[in-house]
Amino acid sequence: MQKRVVYRSKLLPYLLVAPQIAITLIFFFWPSYQALESSFYVEDAFGFSRNWVGMQNYAELFADPGYLRSFRTTLIFSVSVAALTMSISLGLAVAANRVIRAATAYRTLLIWPYAVAPALAGVIWYFLMNPSLGIVAYWLKALGVNWNHYVNGDQALLLVIVAAAWKQISYNFLFFLAGLQSIPKSLIEAAAIDRASPARRFWTIVFPLLTPTTFFLLVINLVYAFFDTFALIHATTEGGPVDATSILVYRVYSTGFVGQDYGSSAAQSVVLMALVVGMTFIQFRYIERKVNY
Amino acid sequence: MVENRPFLTVLTHAALIIGVLFLCFPVWMALVASTHSADALSSSPIPMWFGDQGWQNYSLLISRGLPEAGGVPLGRMMLNSAIMALGITFGKIAISIISAYAVVYFKFPFRMVFFWMIFITLMLPVEVRILPTFDVVTKMGLLNSYAGLIVPLIASATATLLFRQFFLTIPDELVEAARIDRAGPLRFFWDILLPLSRTNIAALFIILFIFGWNQYLWPLLVTTDEGLYTIVMGIQRMVNSGESLPVWHLIMGTAVLAMIPPVLVVIAMQKLFVKGLVESEK
Repeated sequence: MQKRVVYRSKLLPYLLVAPQIAITLIFFFWPSYQALESSFYVEDAFGFSRNWVGMQNYAELFADPGYLRSFRTTLIFSVSVAALTMSISLGLAVAANRVIRAATAYRTLLIWPYAVAPALAGVIWYFLMNPSLGIVAYWLKALGVNWNHYVNGDQALLLVIVAAAWKQISYNFLFFLAGLQSIPKSLIEAAAIDRASPARRFWTIVFPLLTPTTFFLLVINLVYAFFDTFALIHATTEGGPVDATSILVYRVYSTGFVGQDYGSSAAQSVVLMALVVGMTFIQFRYIERKVNY
Repeated sequence: MVENRPFLTVLTHAALIIGVLFLCFPVWMALVASTHSADALSSSPIPMWFGDQGWQNYSLLISRGLPEAGGVPLGRMMLNSAIMALGITFGKIAISIISAYAVVYFKFPFRMVFFWMIFITLMLPVEVRILPTFDVVTKMGLLNSYAGLIVPLIASATATLLFRQFFLTIPDELVEAARIDRAGPLRFFWDILLPLSRTNIAALFIILFIFGWNQYLWPLLVTTDEGLYTIVMGIQRMVNSGESLPVWHLIMGTAVLAMIPPVLVVIAMQKLFVKGLVESEK
């Protein structure tokens, strides 16, 4: 945890941590405390007075069918994004781990979308799927699918899922590839000598050994889908049509900044914070266990 | 490869090529669309090969911007993005490396309290506590300023943890030697620790630059002054521009311009990027 040899100084260490701690206090702890506090109040529309209402904001939140639907949307959204990216990138990583020729070229071509902002990924897919001139929408029409995400909520949700997953593939690919490369070759060779087919080798040796990576990526992808996709949704569907793509984090924003209902927005923030802390906790528990293994 | 299976090799390459196509196709279409005129994009199916309007479109965007979206030149927006991204990157690295130094190399009361205070912020993305943070920034009068764009985002648990991890691997003998030579704590930091951290700083720089450049929600809230718009959030005003139909050829041009700097960074410094990514998440 700490060095055997340390410097001793009364003032210096405090000066060194001061900037970080000051910013953390002002922009993290104070706002979080405010969110917690104002979730127990109802504020009037002009912000002149507010009344203590206890748990009422939370009670109203969980009685609101719109909010519960938003939970469902978030769940569908994040599970689909995680499943889609992870399966595609695992496949690509296995393939990339196998090739010898042009390995670097493939890798370069597969990792650059990491740098594309979620908002841009959203806008580009929005364009590709645009019902009147998008090329993908045109192909879909040729296949007999009538694509119109401005009207059809399920299609709008599918659109943001695809765009979010597309952006996240490179990240997952890199981690799966690193995981695959750390598996000892001798294990695979031994299995091959025992005449295990490539498919069998994958499912009985490689995949189980990748579990820590898979689990880590699952949590990362869920957190990504929960929070980072805000930009993607805001820049494209804006939660619509009729709330069909309004995931939880988008709702915090729309209730607070558009609807001006601070109490409810704060309560939603608190619920989300509890979710993130829970997820991070699970992840750290798991990472600790990984050390033993 | 364990054994020679030609069929599998073909399959492998096929899978990789399909993957590459899937990842590159959307951006290919964006590039193509940005070189056409509005007319060429008005009827379906739209062309899949470059047009001849690229030069006009891009020079219009960079020098004058889009009238429908406030008419801010994209050159200006990119400059703002660069200032914000570099400010966040340098800020994060600077304050994280000194706080990690304090936590690892000094013994002082409340050391662990500070460490945990930094550590816990790992769990709180800005999207979650957006409204109260916005309030705080308003009260401090930081709206519509570069400081307001940068300062709230520079606290970084990730970078602090990374540097702490790295410092712990540096042999104690170095500090001992430095102390025997009568180097004080600041001298040790400047002459020994900082040069040793060069690779880590560079790797972190790439990740943080991308993080800073791609910020969306925060600039959206903090800037109402069009002169401060960043390019990634500016594109949103073009897409949802109200009554008028979106001008897709210019929007795609903007998207291309907005992704060029971070994508170039990733491609040019691929090794460092991979190192930074894999290590900062451990």
